Amino acid sequence: MAEVKVRLRVNGQQREASVEPRVTLADFLREPLRLTGTHLGCEHGVCGACTVLVDGAAVRSCLLFAVQADGADVTTIEGIASPDGDLSPVQEAFRDCHGLQCGFCTPGFIVSVTAFLREHPDPTEAEIREALSGNLCRCTGYQGILHAVRQAADAARRGEL
Amino acid sequence: MKPAPFEYHAPRETAEALKLLAELGDGAKLLAGGQSLVPMLALRLGVFEHLIDIGRIAELRGIERRNGELWIGAGTRQATIEKSRDVASAVPLLARATPLIGHFQIRNRGTLGGSIAHADPAAEYPGVALALDARMEVVSHEGRRTIEARDFFEGLWSTRMEPVELLAGVSFPIWGGRSGFAIEEFARRHGDFAIAGAAIGIELDGGDRIRRCAIGLIGLGSTPARARAAEAQLAGRPVAEARPDEVGRLAMEGLESVPSDLHGSPEFRKRVGAAMVARAWASAAREARDG
Repeated sequence: MAEVKVRLRVNGQQREASVEPRVTLADFLREPLRLTGTHLGCEHGVCGACTVLVDGAAVRSCLLFAVQADGADVTTIEGIASPDGDLSPVQEAFRDCHGLQCGFCTPGFIVSVTAFLREHPDPTEAEIREALSGNLCRCTGYQGILHAVRQAADAARRGEL
Repeated sequence: MKPAPFEYHAPRETAEALKLLAELGDGAKLLAGGQSLVPMLALRLGVFEHLIDIGRIAELRGIERRNGELWIGAGTRQATIEKSRDVASAVPLLARATPLIGHFQIRNRGTLGGSIAHADPAAEYPGVALALDARMEVVSHEGRRTIEARDFFEGLWSTRMEPVELLAGVSFPIWGGRSGFAIEEFARRHGDFAIAGAAIGIELDGGDRIRRCAIGLIGLGSTPARARAAEAQLAGRPVAEARPDEVGRLAMEGLESVPSDLHGSPEFRKRVGAAMVARAWASAAREARDG
């Protein structure tokens, strides 16, 4: 099948590669662009490990073909920390609160929580739980993640996300 | 990379999409938000030679009041509907159903028309469209027609649209007067498809009698359903006399082809369905009465 050229802005940089239309955005980021921080768990939209921001909105990159995102502005987990390597407030909170163990699901959680707190800097407990429902974690039992989101919300309220 | 190979088309205008649909025939599938289609492609439950991505067609998006109804473009994202004040004030049932769809990451991509055209009987939007007697605006290279919601849903994942047709928009009637709305569903985990659910609208007259009511049922058949016999029995009665548990029981009468799978038997689903109808009825009745 003929390849098509896909041009994206990824973490502030203009990137492009030619791929088959059936290549998902997740595979496009991981393979030609070598941004392997975006993880693939289920590859059919259930687990949330592949969550990235497309034009600022959190989406599952396994449910989007790279060609559909042509021209979009994408942020992956590699673009969440500051350019000098300082962790973002959400990343720091996950580290402080034991919000991860094996780390496989963590990029998806960090990206989802970042988008959620930008829109809801003062969330209720119920809103936090609902926002986390789209990401699965098999290690932590979620309590550390809930603590991390509450801690990161303090930073969100100070406008630091 | 799991889907089978396909050729990709990204028209910018509806007319171009319709021309492609007419030319490519059965080998083509429309791609809207992709939140149902892409998983099916990944699991190879569906294989298509051509995907026509309608996500770049601006004229398929929008929320407008037209002739006393709320028209929503089929390509409008669920996240947009969730945040719309027009939807919240004109069609509260649609606004309340939206947060129950998947997760926020899904609603950022998923569209109104994608969900309705996919016609999953356990999905929220088909059930709400049927409950509210929405009208589907369907276009093809040959013209345009309107399909009433009651005629639209044909079977599991199938509608009365022809392969060359595209869902362009949906018009939702705006209920006036003293009305109340509620949607309730039961799922094992937040964001899962409902085991059973109910979407209800009630309008009262000045004397607290039921002027009209709509009881939409989700996940209780091969299509979304209406409890029409129950609605007819309830119309005209004082709302205070319509006990929620009685309404729930009535709404389950005569249901056929209730699904059976590892999530539950038909009997279990009907018990859950009756409870969801009762809960939604109580809350819609309260809103209609007290505002």
